[in-house]
Amino acid sequence: MPEGRQPILELQGITKSFGGVEALRGVDFALSAGEIHGLVGENGAGKSTLMKIIAGVHSEFSGRFLIDGKQTHFRSARDAHAAGIAMVHQELSVAPDLTVAENVFLGNQPTNRLGLVQWRRMAREAGEQLARFGIDVDPMSRLGDLPIGLQQLIEIARVLFSGARIVILDEPTSALSPPEVERLFSTLRRLREQGTGIVFISHFIEDILLVSDTVTVFRNGRKVAETAAAATSKGALIEAMIGRGGEALEHSYTDDLMLPRPSDSAVVLKVDQLSLARSLKDISFEARAGEVLGVYGFMGCGQQELSRILFGKLKPDGGTLAVEGKPKTFASTAAARRAGVALVPESRRAMLFHQEPVYKNVSISILDRISALLLKPARERDIARRQVEQLQIRPPVVGLDLGMLSGGNQQKVALAKWLTFPPKLLVLCEPTRGMDVGAKNDVINIVRDLRAKGLAIIVLSTEPETVLSLADRILVLKRGTVVREFRNEPVSKDRLLQAA
Amino acid sequence: MASSETALAAGQRARGIAPFLRSQMRNIAPFLTLIFLSAFFALASPSFATLDNLGNILTQVSVTGIIAVGLTFVILCAEIDLSIASIANVTGIAVAYFTLQESYVNIPNIPLPGAAAILMAILLCALLGLVNALGLTVIGIPSFIMTLAMMQIAAGISALLVRGQIAYKVPGVITTLGSGSIGGIPWIVIVAAIMLLGGHLVLTYTRFGRYVYMVGGNREAAEYSGLNVKLILGAVMVISAVCSGIGGMLGVAHFGSAQQNEFDTYLLDSIAAVVVGGTSLFGGRGGIGNTIVGLFVLGVLNNGLDHVNIDSFLKILIRGLILLAALVINVYAQRLREKAAE
Ligand SMILES: Nc1ncnc2c1ncn2[C@@H]1O[C@H](COP(=O)(O)OP(=O)(O)OP(=O)(O)O)[C@@H](O)[C@H]1O
Ligand SMILES: [Mg+2]
Repeated sequence: MPEGRQPILELQGITKSFGGVEALRGVDFALSAGEIHGLVGENGAGKSTLMKIIAGVHSEFSGRFLIDGKQTHFRSARDAHAAGIAMVHQELSVAPDLTVAENVFLGNQPTNRLGLVQWRRMAREAGEQLARFGIDVDPMSRLGDLPIGLQQLIEIARVLFSGARIVILDEPTSALSPPEVERLFSTLRRLREQGTGIVFISHFIEDILLVSDTVTVFRNGRKVAETAAAATSKGALIEAMIGRGGEALEHSYTDDLMLPRPSDSAVVLKVDQLSLARSLKDISFEARAGEVLGVYGFMGCGQQELSRILFGKLKPDGGTLAVEGKPKTFASTAAARRAGVALVPESRRAMLFHQEPVYKNVSISILDRISALLLKPARERDIARRQVEQLQIRPPVVGLDLGMLSGGNQQKVALAKWLTFPPKLLVLCEPTRGMDVGAKNDVINIVRDLRAKGLAIIVLSTEPETVLSLADRILVLKRGTVVREFRNEPVSKDRLLQAA
Repeated sequence: MASSETALAAGQRARGIAPFLRSQMRNIAPFLTLIFLSAFFALASPSFATLDNLGNILTQVSVTGIIAVGLTFVILCAEIDLSIASIANVTGIAVAYFTLQESYVNIPNIPLPGAAAILMAILLCALLGLVNALGLTVIGIPSFIMTLAMMQIAAGISALLVRGQIAYKVPGVITTLGSGSIGGIPWIVIVAAIMLLGGHLVLTYTRFGRYVYMVGGNREAAEYSGLNVKLILGAVMVISAVCSGIGGMLGVAHFGSAQQNEFDTYLLDSIAAVVVGGTSLFGGRGGIGNTIVGLFVLGVLNNGLDHVNIDSFLKILIRGLILLAALVINVYAQRLREKAAE
């Protein structure tokens, strides 16, 4: 908090526990007008929990909560909203069946005197707002039909332009491309000028350092550091987050990295001339056993569609697929799974059962391998326990409902689903999204392990770091076509960005 | 780790009694309703709380119970089946159609041996269920519309089979199961109990049952987990139709006649039983246990209203209001749960 300014928001000694899990222990936090406050910490450190308290989502907690110096208690998100607090949640919380315009105006559509919604005005204003944010989209299209990243952008835009004086962004950039992140940051700076207080959570430490005035570090439910962004460094923050030696885990990939000589092991997947409406054109490539193929591109480059085709979720308009030499046209995801293909999509919501316990989430894809007719819950729990231990999922309780895990830990469960009986081809979309530095490293090690076991792995990501840290060979996708392949040659973040 | 795990799990339970109750609202509310209604009628009428009357209630809810078993599967998958009553009706008519009738019954039917008649009837309802399944999964017609059409189709087949007449005879086994009793217990109650138990075992202990819950809980996630969602949805539609068919055959034997529009009230009753019991209309939550409570709520209500002095036209309104209250609770319970899980 900059010196001498009165905080608009102040929390003192906040403690919050979920049954046996202490999510926050005696946390102090303050935010002043015109401040961008960065928040970092491991998965499960309590960042989202604190923000949900501020946004009125969790109303039961202990500690003092002051707004403009006055003690307050929000009983619901609506109370918080009325007090001028708006939040972009880590989990996308849009209404997929409503139009873009309705989503932008969610809850306060412009109405005429009769109380009827003024559609035309709403569409126009929504379009204008989004355009200001650099989003070009038909305001009357159904939100759920847009790519995840665009949905995320629209949600961010809604919150930023809601007129709130306290804006909370919980990992807003996870699905954005670099230019979009840039645009977001310049908007944040503009809002700061106007006196908005902003909290920004991210696992991208560079972003945090770039945009914040103050940085707070959480660890294990406690605040362990708070400094001016200018007075700290990436290394220091990582050390505060996960302890000494952590910095070694984070690479910046600005220097050239040498890709290995292409392997000549067996071809597991062969894709030939794959096309899909306006999303993909003549995509051809091979994925080999014991090799990680990276697919890099900006959001909307067709990655998502490609991954869905490989898993039988979308049907291509043209082209062929062959798994281990056998041509396949997957009639369903079940067929793809039986053929030995596994997919971890970028959206947790899309592949996890939030109201079911962790072990059922882990076992769902392999039930037919562990039980013929009757379920074997004890076996399921054993399997889940092993995965939880291997992936260090916290808290390590397989009977807990999945919705009670932190975002990053949920992501690990999504991966755990496929690891008990490894598939032939593992397709990972944004495998490290939302993970802290340590967890990212765990995932990198797991993927390398699987590669050593002879799996063919395809990693699709819009984060150059993710692709660079994992891939042996890299395809760059641009507007649905492969524009460049990196193999057996030096590659760096810049080279990737240039190619895309 | 084992000890920390139990401690945490205990912690999750001990999270405070209020949140626990809130998350269990779906199961508690119907149960309280049942207790309240029973107590009310017991106080209001001396003839209500007797063993004899309990027998009556059980018999009265049996056909609904049999139909509701399959419907529970459908609703758990977040789909609906509006054709249950029509399919029950047509199956009941079909089994009579394939049975030799008395000479005064003027239906040009095709008499077959009893086992064959039953087989034909079962095939018919399974086939109709399969049409529902294909419409829903292959063509992609929403179940609400698809089964609405099937409701008409099945009614049409019924009409063609009986042509406005009434048939009376059904195969001997069906007569026994529908209207006989053993040791003072009506067979139809036993059949309903066995089917409810069977449904419960399937849902709780089999892989298929887990799939039903998972598909209902999050269909997209089920698909991304590599489940054959269409197959599972198709299966529940067929299960629903077959349960309806069995209910229809026994119902015909129970009523002593097979005719058009005989089962019309069973559509609303079966849906009400499932929903009043607390199975979520959004899928993934609830089960046969809930359906049983719902059946009792409905049974006690229908039966109890006959024991107290109420305008019989008012009864219909009261039933409607109770159903509305249950729907409100159902939707509300879902919201509370979502809030608890965030
Ligand atoms: N609704 C809930 N019920 C039970 N436990 C919860 C709930 N929400 C969060 N927790 C627990 O509280 C702790 C903090 O979670 P939180 O979501 O705040 O972490 P986070 O810092 O946002 O992590 P991430 O970077 O993974 O998003 C975790 O251990 C989590 O399991
Ligand atoms: Mg979080």
